[in-house]
Amino acid sequence: MTQSTGILDAIARRGRTIDETIRAAGFSIRLMIRVIVALPYLPRRMRFTLDSAYAAGVRALGVALIVAFFAGMILALQTGIELRRLGQSNLIGSILALSMCREMGPFITGIILAATVGSAMAAEIGTMSVSDEVTALDVMSIDSANFLALPRVVALTLMCPLLTALADMVGIAGGAVVSHFHLGITQQTYWVAVRESLTETARLLPKDVYVGIFKAVVFGAAISTVSVASGLRASGGALGVGRAVQRAVMVSILLIIILGYVITWLFYFLLRE
Amino acid sequence: MIELKDVHKRLGNRDILQGLTLTIPDGVNYVLMGRSGTGKSVTLRHVIGILKPDRGQVLVDGVDVPKLARRELQELRKRMGYLFQNGALINWLTVGQNVALPLQENTKTPPDEIQDRVVEVLRLVGMEHAIAQYPSDISGGMKLRCGLARALITRPAYVLYDEPNAGLDPIISTQIHRLIADVRDQLGVTGLIVTHSRHCAMDCGDRVGLLDGGRIASEGTIDEMLASEDELVRSFLSGHAD
Repeated sequence: MTQSTGILDAIARRGRTIDETIRAAGFSIRLMIRVIVALPYLPRRMRFTLDSAYAAGVRALGVALIVAFFAGMILALQTGIELRRLGQSNLIGSILALSMCREMGPFITGIILAATVGSAMAAEIGTMSVSDEVTALDVMSIDSANFLALPRVVALTLMCPLLTALADMVGIAGGAVVSHFHLGITQQTYWVAVRESLTETARLLPKDVYVGIFKAVVFGAAISTVSVASGLRASGGALGVGRAVQRAVMVSILLIIILGYVITWLFYFLLRE
Repeated sequence: MIELKDVHKRLGNRDILQGLTLTIPDGVNYVLMGRSGTGKSVTLRHVIGILKPDRGQVLVDGVDVPKLARRELQELRKRMGYLFQNGALINWLTVGQNVALPLQENTKTPPDEIQDRVVEVLRLVGMEHAIAQYPSDISGGMKLRCGLARALITRPAYVLYDEPNAGLDPIISTQIHRLIADVRDQLGVTGLIVTHSRHCAMDCGDRVGLLDGGRIASEGTIDEMLASEDELVRSFLSGHAD
């Protein structure tokens, strides 16, 4: 009897978790739609949007660039050793440029933004939720999606590609340092390979760059929406705010990985030339 | 007039309201008292439409609040103010910006007129000197006053006060109570005040309702309540545990 009750309790708990996950996902999607609907009000929120964008840039810039620089160096070191063994060291610039622009740049920037800016957003909105400030907005007939979410989502959607472009450049520069000092490749060889690999398609903006930037736009929108949604759903005082931050970072990182794969599949498999 | 008729509400595993019926005539301050967890704040949230009852009616000026569409509810809320326990001010806006918020967001009032109205309501609550300060720079009592100014800026017919003296010292509490009485007397605003405080009821209440078991257990003027022989009323107002 006790054992069967225990099993039923476990099933009920799992059911509640699934129910909660579906509700949270639905809430985030609805919030994103409400933000899109509220876009015409953006000029009214311009000042706070710029403040949020500046804060996001300041919070994440240093860490993003340091991580990107070292990621470029690690990538150069790991691939460079193998390429030298195969006598293909001159390819290192191409590999660095493509890896950074297609995957590493947006991925690194997304993870760092989720950990720094996304967590701060979830904490800020979560604190507002548990201290009745969000309810106060509701009572004053002020749409929280318009007032709270719109400037933050737009700010991060703009800042993520900007930071990604910088991370790409710094990562490639990190690779150049390692290539020169550890692999004995001349700067000219390295940078010519970088340029050729990125301008191969002879378009104004090479595919490898614009797909990476597009990923960053999607990551920025996803991180900010999930973070604000987690904050808005926070309840239960400081503990609830902590849970909201944890949930925001966890879901953001999962989305970065999943959306990264989907976009890569879309551009390099489904829409390949 | 605010009316609640046979309102039932279950939250989680608990029946919070179990047939709550109460009427608040225009122009009076109705004080809703009761022990913690008896559903006082839940009652307020039904009146403003944040919560919907499982059963029963919540009427404001004869309009059934739970049945209103989102836009109609927003229109109704423009005629109501709500004072939260801690003022619930937005922390990145100054006091003046916080108070101006309902007008800025919901009306096309010119900025000059908004500024005049902000100064007017801040003066009413004695906070015009703090117009440029941020919520983090002012005390709990000052935050409450600013919250009240924000609730009053739309010139509402009703103001709902959620524990307006929670965490305040007796002097500041008394000032807040006087302010609530002034709002009724000077602006003709109808008030629904949720509190544990007998002093609050005495200072600014016209009628008092004692909530117990999810419904009004006893109701009357403050004098009637003080003279009541009802054991629950006597123990609650005297603060004795037995």
